[in-house]
Amino acid sequence: MRPLLSLLLALTGACASAGGGTRPAPAPAAATAPAPVAAAESTSVARPQYPSTYVRHPNPPVLIRNATIMTATGQEISNGSILLKDGRIVAVGAKVDAPPPGAVVVDGTGKYVTPGLIDDHSHLGVYAAPGTDAESDGNEATNPVTAEVWAEHSFWPQDPQIPLAIAGGITTIQALPGSANLIGGRSAILKLIPARTVQEMKFPGARYGLKMACGENPKRVYRMRGGPSTRMGNMAGYRAAFIQAESYRRKWDAWNKDHKGDPPERNLRTESLAEVLRGNIYVQNHCYRADEMAQMLDLAHEFGFKIRSFHHAVESYKIADLLAKEGTSVSVWADWWGFKEEAMDGIQQNAALNQQAGGRPIIHSDDPGGIQRLNQEAAKAMYAGQRAGIPVTRDQALRWITVNPAWAIGLDSIVGTLEPGKMADVVVWSGDPFSVYSKAVQVYNDGWLAYDRTDPAHQPRTDFELGQVPAPGSDR
Amino acid sequence: MIALLLAQTIAITGGTVYPVSGPKLANASVLIRDGRIVAVGTSVSIPPGVTRIDASGKWVTPGLIDGAGQLGLVEIGAVSATREGTVQGDTIAAAFNVAEGINPASTLIPVTRIEGITTALAVPSGNLVSGQAVLIDLDGATMEQMVVRSPVGIVADLSESGKDDAGGSRAGIAARLRQVFRDALEYERRKTDFSRAQMRPLSASAGDLEALLPVLHGRVSLIALANRRSDIETALRLAKEFRLKLILAGAAEGWEIAAAIAAAGVPVLVEPMDNIPGYDSLGIRYENAALLVKAGVAVALLETDTHKSRNLRQQAGNAVAYGMTWDQALRAVTLSPAEIFGVADRYGSLEPGKVANLVVWSGDPFEFTTGVEHVLIRGKEIPLKSRQTELLERYKKLPPSYAPVPPR
Repeated sequence: MRPLLSLLLALTGACASAGGGTRPAPAPAAATAPAPVAAAESTSVARPQYPSTYVRHPNPPVLIRNATIMTATGQEISNGSILLKDGRIVAVGAKVDAPPPGAVVVDGTGKYVTPGLIDDHSHLGVYAAPGTDAESDGNEATNPVTAEVWAEHSFWPQDPQIPLAIAGGITTIQALPGSANLIGGRSAILKLIPARTVQEMKFPGARYGLKMACGENPKRVYRMRGGPSTRMGNMAGYRAAFIQAESYRRKWDAWNKDHKGDPPERNLRTESLAEVLRGNIYVQNHCYRADEMAQMLDLAHEFGFKIRSFHHAVESYKIADLLAKEGTSVSVWADWWGFKEEAMDGIQQNAALNQQAGGRPIIHSDDPGGIQRLNQEAAKAMYAGQRAGIPVTRDQALRWITVNPAWAIGLDSIVGTLEPGKMADVVVWSGDPFSVYSKAVQVYNDGWLAYDRTDPAHQPRTDFELGQVPAPGSDR
Repeated sequence: MIALLLAQTIAITGGTVYPVSGPKLANASVLIRDGRIVAVGTSVSIPPGVTRIDASGKWVTPGLIDGAGQLGLVEIGAVSATREGTVQGDTIAAAFNVAEGINPASTLIPVTRIEGITTALAVPSGNLVSGQAVLIDLDGATMEQMVVRSPVGIVADLSESGKDDAGGSRAGIAARLRQVFRDALEYERRKTDFSRAQMRPLSASAGDLEALLPVLHGRVSLIALANRRSDIETALRLAKEFRLKLILAGAAEGWEIAAAIAAAGVPVLVEPMDNIPGYDSLGIRYENAALLVKAGVAVALLETDTHKSRNLRQQAGNAVAYGMTWDQALRAVTLSPAEIFGVADRYGSLEPGKVANLVVWSGDPFEFTTGVEHVLIRGKEIPLKSRQTELLERYKKLPPSYAPVPPR
């Protein structure tokens, strides 16, 4: 105990948010990337916890020319170029200087370029294919509040669904615990690249999310297991948990002031919640019904935190004004509905109506199939809005699957748009990404060619696939 | 009222018409009378006084047919009180015909048909033999008015999920089905003995065995769910042994033995956007539909999720993105399913004499930009309204009015 305590004394210092100056030296890749936000692992302990070991894969500079560049900042540049170097976007525009020495020049004639797509609601790796009980690692359904579990500790990097999502243009995901619990645990923010360990995928500096769930799922799962069994029971459960978190936070804040005596005992459950109260962890709240979202906003007000995004949010169009005012984004499907009662009122114009109200819509997948076609889902939602007379621009719809989800996970200053200085997460599409016939032909993740549809050498395959899943193009 | 509607004559004029049975016709018309197509072409004379639908600049196709799902049989997926697609307690539920479970007032029906799906197969699920699938038009006040053909086929589960009702082994599935088929034929030969209880016990109820006889005589199809290559091969083997008219459904690894499926003359129902591997379907891939068609297999495309049936056109578009030609994909959601389900004499193409199920699209039906302009089912124009369009109207402006009719 003594060595541990002295370490704590030495490291915690003025550590209001996590880490402070005590974090491990950033990985080489992060050194050239824009300064990441401070990651909140814990205010209670300053040792690095399960740190990212992500390292940018080297790639020669890449100049993509003569393409239509959709920047997600309001521009769609015909005959445009984009230069990627050392994991950064160096230049974007109608005219870009000659390629640096050693650069790969990609002819983008007829092609479109967008930021790498971001799915802020994925269960890749935690509900891995082939979908047996052995890989069912998404719901720690043993207690309605399991804020202590971390999705990264379930994540299987050899999930064969990962390369499929990469081929769909996805460069970053938020892998979430499931929705069985009121508070299901921490999310993992990951670069979607082939890797041996989840640590190699962890987005350097990314904040954790905390998965919370409203409605039918928790009360169904716990109805016969001690509750909650009602929506009011759900609310009481969140409140009880955050009351404990307030107390925990007070104890640690008091101890952090002078480090007198023994530190309070760590509790991983309340620690995650205390970080939410400190604003270091973002709440990602599965919630379908409009009236329940309003309850959750009141809960957030009661305890003084923000809900970063309502996920699924099929009824968010009913309170789009309220959500816009609150600054809470909505992560929605294009057209899912009816699979359960709280999903009965889903409509195809949900994202568009939230956009119209000044909100921040996001198209998420929650699905290993949908994550491969996030561009198609955004297209459906955009055109459904337009056909109903709701003004939605192509740029806005692109933002639904790029910078808006980046915002929801706190990385919008680093990824999500094509701007000089941003991380070189870039997709080259065979045509308009809002066409059903277009496919990602190249996917650059942090400047590295993670996928190339025309080159099997750049079509990653997981261990799982070897010897049992026929390779693309093979006839077995 | 119905007679009046049916007696209507409608001319859809000036559109690009895709009859499917033949090449596309620019600036063509379709004339409809009494619920049937009476003329299609570029020089159709339009009688005076008929209702005209101007399709200039639009695309006209047959109504799409989704050969999967449970339209009319499910309202809310998670609410068993609203699900009618599975009968409990009978692993060989061959006599279970879903028709009387169909709810013509289901909210899913308008949601689906206003996106251009006019006909769907209502498919029973669960059990080793799930029951009888029924083809329905997505309009009608009663089940009788909706049914196009009943039954189209009897569904058997030769995939991983069928094992539960066959002792936990794929070999058990084949053995059980063989036993049931043999018993059905023996039952047919010895009905008198059976009624006098002078027979050994049979492996299924008399009603279920009786229901299998049209399948065993090739009048009704056996729709076999099979994904793994070896399961597809088992289905082909059983079909050969019992001279069944087989339809393969799922067929995730069908592309691996496309030539054998083609040689057997067996059609396949494929969901193009499904490519998630399981132990039942490690070889699943987007190119399956295209590779099967290339090998000469008759393919119909599916959207199997009932609440998403309207995404059949997205399925077709993705099939094109992964190797089908556009014409093949259109055929695979119109004429091919009509042929596979034995209704091509009435459905699936725009030809004189066929049932007037058709859709006027603003453009390419598979593209997201495209909207549905008109839907006709049996010659009747369908209002483009659903519970979802009512929700949209109500909440387009916030706060909403809760008046029964939204203010204009």
